[in-house]
Amino acid sequence: MRSSNNYVLTFAVIITVVAAVLLAGAATLLKPMQDANRKKEKQENILSVVGKTGENDYKQFDQLITSLVIDENGDVVEGVKAFDIDLAMDKRIKSKDANHKLQYPLYVFEENGKKTYILQLAGVGLWGPIWGYLALDEDGNTIKQAVFDHKGETPGLGAEINTDAFESQFQNKLILNENNEFVSVQVTKGAKAEGEMHQVDAISGGTITSNGVSNMLKEDIQFYLTYLNKSQS
Amino acid sequence: MSAVETKVQEAKPLLSKKDRALLVDPLSDNNPITIQVLGICSALAVTTQLKPTMVMAISVMAVVVLSNFVVSLIRNLIPSRIRIIVQLTIISILVILVDQLLQAYVYDVSKQLSVFVGLIITNCIVMGRLEAFAMANKPGPSILDAIGNSAGYAWIILAVAFARELFGSGKLFGFQVIPDAFYEMGYVNNGLMLIPAGALFVIAIIIWIQRSINQKFEEA
Repeated sequence: MRSSNNYVLTFAVIITVVAAVLLAGAATLLKPMQDANRKKEKQENILSVVGKTGENDYKQFDQLITSLVIDENGDVVEGVKAFDIDLAMDKRIKSKDANHKLQYPLYVFEENGKKTYILQLAGVGLWGPIWGYLALDEDGNTIKQAVFDHKGETPGLGAEINTDAFESQFQNKLILNENNEFVSVQVTKGAKAEGEMHQVDAISGGTITSNGVSNMLKEDIQFYLTYLNKSQS
Repeated sequence: MSAVETKVQEAKPLLSKKDRALLVDPLSDNNPITIQVLGICSALAVTTQLKPTMVMAISVMAVVVLSNFVVSLIRNLIPSRIRIIVQLTIISILVILVDQLLQAYVYDVSKQLSVFVGLIITNCIVMGRLEAFAMANKPGPSILDAIGNSAGYAWIILAVAFARELFGSGKLFGFQVIPDAFYEMGYVNNGLMLIPAGALFVIAIIIWIQRSINQKFEEA
């Protein structure tokens, strides 16, 4: 009897239903906590580029940081929450549908009357998504700090983008040249020349990830330029 | 019903000789990693530091024990034609539950372990125990067998992580244990320990020690 097709089918259906109920239940129950963890991580990432790395700093996120959303004309968009924007997803839709309008989150940190703009970056590495945050000085040109992270780059190679050694290279680099034109910061091999303000050294063995960072910087910083120019004048 | 029966039988001696063997054998003489050479992949991947390794060990233990128990309970109901996929479904449910719990309660560790939690599903130790033991034995002994095997797995990966974190970064559980004075005298952390190849060396050394103590594994 236990080898009859009916028995096998019934058994399979029961197991499937039990599995579905258990997993759906667990996912629903635990989602609020998982979301809170992700939000906390994002807040800590954003705060870390302006040097706020204390254990409980994220609790004051809303006091420390003003969250804005800007559009391609450099205007602030009302009624959209910066944290609700899934930049990576939006950029993917944009790559298939040119009419899709992108909106970027912008976080502003103010200390001693000086503003720091925190730009959000999203791109692709070798194996999957990479992302980061870039702290830009009030002059809209000087990079104060950058952090990067990745979903699954190769440890020891591409994954090195989220090490201090790589990230600290970005400090004090400029995104505009002498004529105030946007040149971004390139991640290239052998960028050791003294006084080179627009290059950082790439990761050996992590060329594709390094290029991914380069492209991401170029694409995403560009979007913010209109807004930054407006707020300079 | 059957669970009650085994409990009554076991009540007389605390653990019969056979049950003891189930529990103790996998720790050394029949260790899943060093003797059966199963689950090597995760032993290489997650063992750079003790903390994630500990979480991994506990997760694997939970999955092996629970899946062995569940499969053993319903072993007479599982149609043999689809038994492998049923086992896999049960393992997957448990692993996904573990993954969800880690994401909710120990988010940073879950990020470090990343895909390797999900890959517990493919850890040969889990399915190996279901096929080899739980399908043919009562829940009581199945649980013992699961504890024994997962403990055998756990102590090896913990030993590997101990060596790798100590020699690779001079720390244990994230705390600096090698004093600064050593570094000033020219001591350098061993970078090899931080990459997966380092784990392979450590496991090889453990196997070497084990085989030189216990000559019966010596081949020819």
